[in-house]
This record gives sequence, structure tokens and C-alpha cells, in this order.
Amino acid sequence: MIHALDVHKRFGAMEVLKGVSLDVGKGEVLAVIGPSGSGKSTFLRCLNHLETIDRGRIDIEGETLVAPGENHLSRYVADADIRRICRKMGMVFQHFNLFPHLTVLQNLIEAPLTVKGLPRADAVAKADALLRKVGLLDKRESYPARLSGGQKQRVAIARALAMEPDIMLFDEPTSALDPELTGEVLRTIRELAEERMTMLVVTHEMAFAREVASRVVFMDGGEIVEARPARELFAAPEHPRTRAFLENML
Amino acid sequence: MNYVIQIMGPLLEGTGVTLQVFLITFVLAVPLGLSLALLRVSGFAVVGGLVNGYIWLMRGTPLMLQMLFIYFALPFVPVIGVRLPDFTAAIVAFVLNYAAYFAEIFRAGIQSIDRGQYEGARVLGLSYTQTMRRIVLPQVFKRILPPMSNETITLVKDTSLIYVLAMNDLLRAARGIVQRDFTTTPFVVAAAFYLVMTLVLTLAFQHLEKKYAVYDE
Repeated sequence: MIHALDVHKRFGAMEVLKGVSLDVGKGEVLAVIGPSGSGKSTFLRCLNHLETIDRGRIDIEGETLVAPGENHLSRYVADADIRRICRKMGMVFQHFNLFPHLTVLQNLIEAPLTVKGLPRADAVAKADALLRKVGLLDKRESYPARLSGGQKQRVAIARALAMEPDIMLFDEPTSALDPELTGEVLRTIRELAEERMTMLVVTHEMAFAREVASRVVFMDGGEIVEARPARELFAAPEHPRTRAFLENML
Repeated sequence: MNYVIQIMGPLLEGTGVTLQVFLITFVLAVPLGLSLALLRVSGFAVVGGLVNGYIWLMRGTPLMLQMLFIYFALPFVPVIGVRLPDFTAAIVAFVLNYAAYFAEIFRAGIQSIDRGQYEGARVLGLSYTQTMRRIVLPQVFKRILPPMSNETITLVKDTSLIYVLAMNDLLRAARGIVQRDFTTTPFVVAAAFYLVMTLVLTLAFQHLEKKYAVYDE
């Protein structure tokens, strides 16, 4: 589903990604963990073109998003193709990024209406089904400001799903939440995992990573240090950096 | 009281001129200002620089000077030189001037919208235009209501500047009567007229703010 090869990214003098390669198969749930500043969020944002990469290549479902061109610098495909390819991925942000001027229902149907051109009745039916799924159907007429953080994030997940993506990217979905609200969001993500949705979850929730992820990717200093099945990585981390990080977290 | 009724005719006529200048300016300057603001934030450096220069010119010189220039000096400017009737010249000056102020209000509003809103729209597949129209600008309108209210009320009073082109707006009409009858009553009546106009605007903006208050941020 995702093929990233030797991805390099720098912000000014700082090289935040130093050659990251990763393959994600259909139905896999990857937890991306690592200290802050390790480049894990940046890597996620590169996958759907929220950040552009300097070198390397990214293919999404067999289609090239960006590949090395002349003098090894990366060349992106045409803008229309970028948009089409990136639409296969939904994204959930740390700070939700719901649209405050729209009700919950309007948040969910906005993109299906304007981007996909879906008939309104179909978009609403789909949105209602998704709201029922995340347990927020009774909030469909509320504005986001009236919701708790956990509810906001579940709406954000439903909004992303409304575009029927093949892949879901989560950028620290519970980091902005009060501890007692993380459970409901993680439960929703877990349900998606059970439906075999392909997912990349950047997270600090080690327990969640261990229980839900099929593989755990440990990043540090702009590199992937280890990427192994969750059980193995937590039971016996190979690399000393992974071990040090996990000891600190647990 | 009889005197007040007697002078009402010319004062109402003046109010008509004032309202015309106000309404036409508002209707034309708001979209022009919005367009300038959108160009300014479009990310094209040259375009942004030109807009900045325009705003500097329009805000940096008196509106009265701009009006006098367009009426008296424009006919002698090569290529674009045209002689405009006094009313048109006044409108052109007002629209060009107020568009600059509105542009700055819109720009500040657009730039106050969190980057997360653009990213949220982008990952849903919305284009830049769709993001602006459906996500950013509706939120901008709510945020800029207070400064827009200010600027709009200022515009009502600024219309009195058109007296330099010898047009009979409300204030000039009142002054004519004052000089004729040696009484200041017309000034008081004119003040009352201005107060009514600005009150209507104040109430209209309050209504809009209340309407937009259905959502918090």
C-alpha cells in the first residue's frame, strides 16, 4: 500500500529525515513511536504531501507520488495526480482541525459534497452511519466547540472516513487529550484495526501500540532504528536506542 | 419646530447624496478589498508586493487629495487620462481608498485562521479555492465583523469630504443653510441624521455578530 524509499527531508540546516524506508502492506497497522523530534510526524506528513521531501521516493498503492529525478533530487508528479493519490489517505491530526463554523454533520459531508460531488442525501446517509459507528449520532447538529476533546477526535476520524480512504494516517491522535479521554479515541482506532483498515499511527501510547499494532516502528534522529512485530519489539528490543527509549516510557 | 420642517427638504436631499456615496462605495470596495487581500496572501511575491504598494499609496495620502487628484489632475495624465464627472470621480476615489483599508482587514482576518484549517481541508482533498471559499472565508467574516463595523461607520462620515468637489451632501447642505439663516440648528439636525445612519449600521453589525455567535472557536 505504501512504499517509501530513502526519504530525506530537511528544514533549513536541520535534516529531520535521513533516509527513511518503509513498506506497509494492506491491512497492516503500524505504530510509529520514538522520542519527540525523531521525525515521525514529519515522515507521516510527507506521505500525504503536507510536507515535500528532498530526496527519495514514495509510492502509494503502486502509484508514484514522488521519485528521484535529475541529480537525485525528488520530483513530484503533476498537481492533479498528487491530489488524486493523496485522496486515498485519510488523516487525523493531534489538534483535530475540525471546521468550527460547521456542525458535526456539515464537517462530515463537506468534502464528499465539494470534492466527490456526492448527492446530498447519500453524503448525509453515509455521515449518519459513520457517526453511529463512532457513537456520536446524537451530536450531529452540534458545533465542534460544544464537544469534549475525545468527541472531537472521534468526529475527526469519522470525517476522514467519510472520504472512504484506503489508508488512515494518525498524527498523535491522543496527545492533546486529557488522559481520561484517550480511551474512547483509542477504542475507535482499535475498531478500525479490527476491520482491517491499513493504518499508520504516530503515538506515545505504548500499551496501545503493543496491543493493536501489527508492527511497531521505532524512529530516532530521523531514522528508523527498528521496525518489527509489536510483540517482538516490546519483548526484546534489538537496538540499544530502542531499549533505552522503552525503559524511559514504561 | 416649523423651521426644522422647513429645512428638512434640502437636508433630506443631502442625505440622499450621502447615502448614495456610502452605498456605492461599500458595495464596490468590499469585493475589491477582498480580492486585493486574496492576491496579497496568494504567495506570489510580485503580486503581493504590488498590492502592498497600492495599500501604502492609498492609506498614505489623504482621501481628499485623492479625490482632488482624480477630478482635477487625472485628465492631464497621459494614457489613462480621462475627465470624470464629479460624482463618478468621488466614487472612484472612495472605492480605491476604502478598498485598501478593507483589504488590510481581510488580510488580517485570513492570516488569523489557523494553519490546521488549511491542512484539515487539504487532507480531505479540497483545492485551495474550495478551502478559501468553504472553510477559511466564512470564518474570516465572523472575525472581521468588529473592524468592518468601525470602518463602515467611518465611511458614512467620510462622505462629507465630497464637498470639495462642490457636491451637496448632508453636511454641505446644512452648512449652506447655516450661512444663509445665521442659525446653527441645521448642524444639530444634520448631526441627528448622521447618528440615525450610524445607529442603523451599528444595529446591523450587532445582528450579524449575534448570528455568527451560534458557533464558538
